[in-house]
Amino acid sequence: MSGRKIGEVILDLQNISLRFGGVKALTNISFDVREHEVRAIIGPNGAGKSSMLNVINGVYHPQEGRINFRGEERRKMEPHMAAMQGIARTFQNIALFKGMTVLDNVMTGRITKMKANFLEQAIRIGRAGREEVEHRKKVEEVIDFLEIQHIRKTPVGRLPYGLQKRVELARALAAEPSMLLLDEPMAGMNVEEKQDMCRFILDVNDQFGTTIVLIEHDMGVVMDISDRVVVLDYGKKIGDGTPDEVRNNQEVIAAYLGVAH
Amino acid sequence: MFYREAGQFKTTYLADQQIFPITQDRIGVLLILAVAFVAVPMLFNEYWIKAILIPFLIFSLAALGLNILTGYAGQLSLGSAAFMAVGAFASYNFMLRVDGMPILIAFVCGGLSAAVVGIAFGLPSLRIKGFYLAVATLAAQFFIVWALTKFGWFSNYSSSGVITAQEMQIFGYKFVTAESKYLLVLSIVVLLALAAKNMVRSSIGRAWMAVRDMDVAAEVIGIRIMHTKLLAFAVSSFYCGVAGALYAYAYIGTVEPEGFNLDLSFKILFMIIIGGVGSIVGAFLGAAFIVLLPIALDVMVQEWLHGIFPPSISSNLQLVVFGGLIIFFLIVEPHGLARLWQIGKQKLRLWPFPH
Amino acid sequence: MQFFFEVLIGGLLSGVMYSFVALGFVLIYKASGVFNFAQGAMVFAAALTFVGFQELGVPFWLALLIAFGVMVVLGILTERIVLRPLVNQPPITLFMATIGLTYVIEGLAQGAWGANVRGLELGIQDEPIEWLMETANISVSKFDLFGAGVAALLVTLLALFFQYTRIGRALRAVADDHQAALSIGIPLQQIWRIVWAVAGFVALVAGLIWGARNGVSFSLTFTALKALPVLILGGFTSIPGAIVGGLIIGSTEKLAEVYLGEYVGGGIDSWFPYVMALAFLLVRPEGLFGEKHIDRV
Repeated sequence: MSGRKIGEVILDLQNISLRFGGVKALTNISFDVREHEVRAIIGPNGAGKSSMLNVINGVYHPQEGRINFRGEERRKMEPHMAAMQGIARTFQNIALFKGMTVLDNVMTGRITKMKANFLEQAIRIGRAGREEVEHRKKVEEVIDFLEIQHIRKTPVGRLPYGLQKRVELARALAAEPSMLLLDEPMAGMNVEEKQDMCRFILDVNDQFGTTIVLIEHDMGVVMDISDRVVVLDYGKKIGDGTPDEVRNNQEVIAAYLGVAH
Repeated sequence: MFYREAGQFKTTYLADQQIFPITQDRIGVLLILAVAFVAVPMLFNEYWIKAILIPFLIFSLAALGLNILTGYAGQLSLGSAAFMAVGAFASYNFMLRVDGMPILIAFVCGGLSAAVVGIAFGLPSLRIKGFYLAVATLAAQFFIVWALTKFGWFSNYSSSGVITAQEMQIFGYKFVTAESKYLLVLSIVVLLALAAKNMVRSSIGRAWMAVRDMDVAAEVIGIRIMHTKLLAFAVSSFYCGVAGALYAYAYIGTVEPEGFNLDLSFKILFMIIIGGVGSIVGAFLGAAFIVLLPIALDVMVQEWLHGIFPPSISSNLQLVVFGGLIIFFLIVEPHGLARLWQIGKQKLRLWPFPH
Repeated sequence: MQFFFEVLIGGLLSGVMYSFVALGFVLIYKASGVFNFAQGAMVFAAALTFVGFQELGVPFWLALLIAFGVMVVLGILTERIVLRPLVNQPPITLFMATIGLTYVIEGLAQGAWGANVRGLELGIQDEPIEWLMETANISVSKFDLFGAGVAALLVTLLALFFQYTRIGRALRAVADDHQAALSIGIPLQQIWRIVWAVAGFVALVAGLIWGARNGVSFSLTFTALKALPVLILGGFTSIPGAIVGGLIIGSTEKLAEVYLGEYVGGGIDSWFPYVMALAFLLVRPEGLFGEKHIDRV
């Protein structure tokens, strides 16, 4: 990979265990993420990949384990805290605000950066109007970057699936995150759309230095674009390392191909 | 033909973010305001102003309040009338107990009192959603009406909680005539509608809609759910509260808590369903519809069905028509009259071409 | 202590009435995911139709049969006109549609039969049971006991119906997963019609017993609203929950009115069930018997 330099560990998860009632979703998982890298989480369906992302940005609270993000150690994250610290996220089943236009969706992504208070907004004086314009500029940059100018004012509910995924990425990018969690960004896409998405992800990583944690099923894509891969199966970690290391890991091969243990 | 936006190029984001980006819309709104402020008081007789236009404006305001909560923030409430009651009774008490209280400040205080009560009853929304919340708002409806009736202090110990609104006076000018009351109500409603429009096109409005559409994603983006929902309850209740105060002061004059019953709450809900959930214009269209419909039905029953049915049929007919319309709109046009209005404008934009 | 028991038992028995209405809600909610606000109006309409026909000189059983027929037709029409076009709409839309339905039913019922209060006679005396009076000195009305008995019978019948008939099994399948049920060939719309008919029947029974107790009038629909807090307590999907919730609401409401009411001026039973349900929701949002829901993202 080109100019970017992979830095220190910025996110360190230790011994994370997560249960829903009696069901164990994650068991004693530890892994770390370095600054500026593309880190992939792979595994069969139900392996606990999405749960892992949910733990990272605080949607789920693990029963055991520690999360260390940029030197701050905690038992659990809270979603809005994660957002304030620069973690943005997309979802497996697109979680856009369906009643709003593309522009409003992406503008919403900047909400933590808008400071005008309630009264200023109601009367539209002072910061309120100014802010709308300033943030609109930033949002338009993101819209340009992801090439969705033409659908700016379309309600997202009317867009095709592939574009919705792109809008969701735009909303996440609008927050100028330092870390981006992508949950199956390419699921359900055709080859061309996948190529576009790959390009966007690599561009984000390259141009803004954004650290990327992604879940993906397409092995070709994962092996191509990620620096390091962690493999989950039945909520346990069975492999961790560079794409080559993982590819040759016996346990991983067994999990994917169903070879008898 | 004259409704075209061709040639109006926005060269700045500021111009694109105006409240009415299309020039013709701006002219239209100014025209409507001019008619409402100048022509209406001159042209309409007292009956129209008193019995139709004033209640229309007041219900528009209440519907606006409910629409902020239900349409924008997605929290269904069946207790809007109770918050109107809080506004009415609080304003009455501020006027009664504070010497020299200006009426406008009393309205604001009434609205703020409703907002506080609204926040209290909005707290459950942090844990429950959908019709669970709807049922919870029924608690507000019944509890508030009961409390206002049972505790004499609220109505200055009058029998069964009836209050008579004091005279409205601003800088020595007494609002006695129907026209003057109408203008006062109109001014307040226009200002609050403008504020509502500003809110829903700013980050507050986007936060409300985000919570409505997908609360988990909203939280992940960094929206504080609690803050956002409670603000919606507060603003909504404020609007309902001011509407309630106006209802008492500029419309009915003498009100009792029972006047703000569940039926009224439903009526306001019907206004936003018919007018358009999540639309400022919709609140006005819905209020107009619900205010005018019973009158139209009455006339119809008296003129056409005279002698065929007993006059008591009118109230039952009203129930059936109201209910039927709700179902009709939910099925055929869930976005209500506001959507039809938009489609009409869209058509006009392209006219005479079909597409 | 005697007085306490009398209040408690009176409350429990009126709770049975709430349970009746709640039962209708639960049936429809289970099968179609619709929160049917109109259940109270259906109770009112059923009772009014029955009384109306009786007043016309129609004998008891025939009037009962006709009222049942009317409720079935109402159910079928509702499915056809209101629910089918709204399939796949968000639950809250359906809920609002049933509020509209409430108005339509109330308007139609009152339009057809008039709005005055009527008595309803089932032939069971509303007098204290003698031996209870003699042995324990507690006054319990025969009529209330009869109501409780009917409730028990109805619940047993419904439970058997759900458990052992083909339609019952299909109903449970539909309740679990509409699409899966549809894909194995269960006729969804037919099931919904049946459920609305059964709910209509439950409404009729509730209307008869309630109407005989308090007279048939418009206020019936308001009292029926108390079934909502019952549902919150019991959970929307649980038949035992509806019964237990009804009993809890009925008894606490009466106890609160008697023991707390005097301190705040009385009449607190107008809101007490709601506030109690609300307090309960904050602790256990899924209800006593409801299932906990985990948001998946």
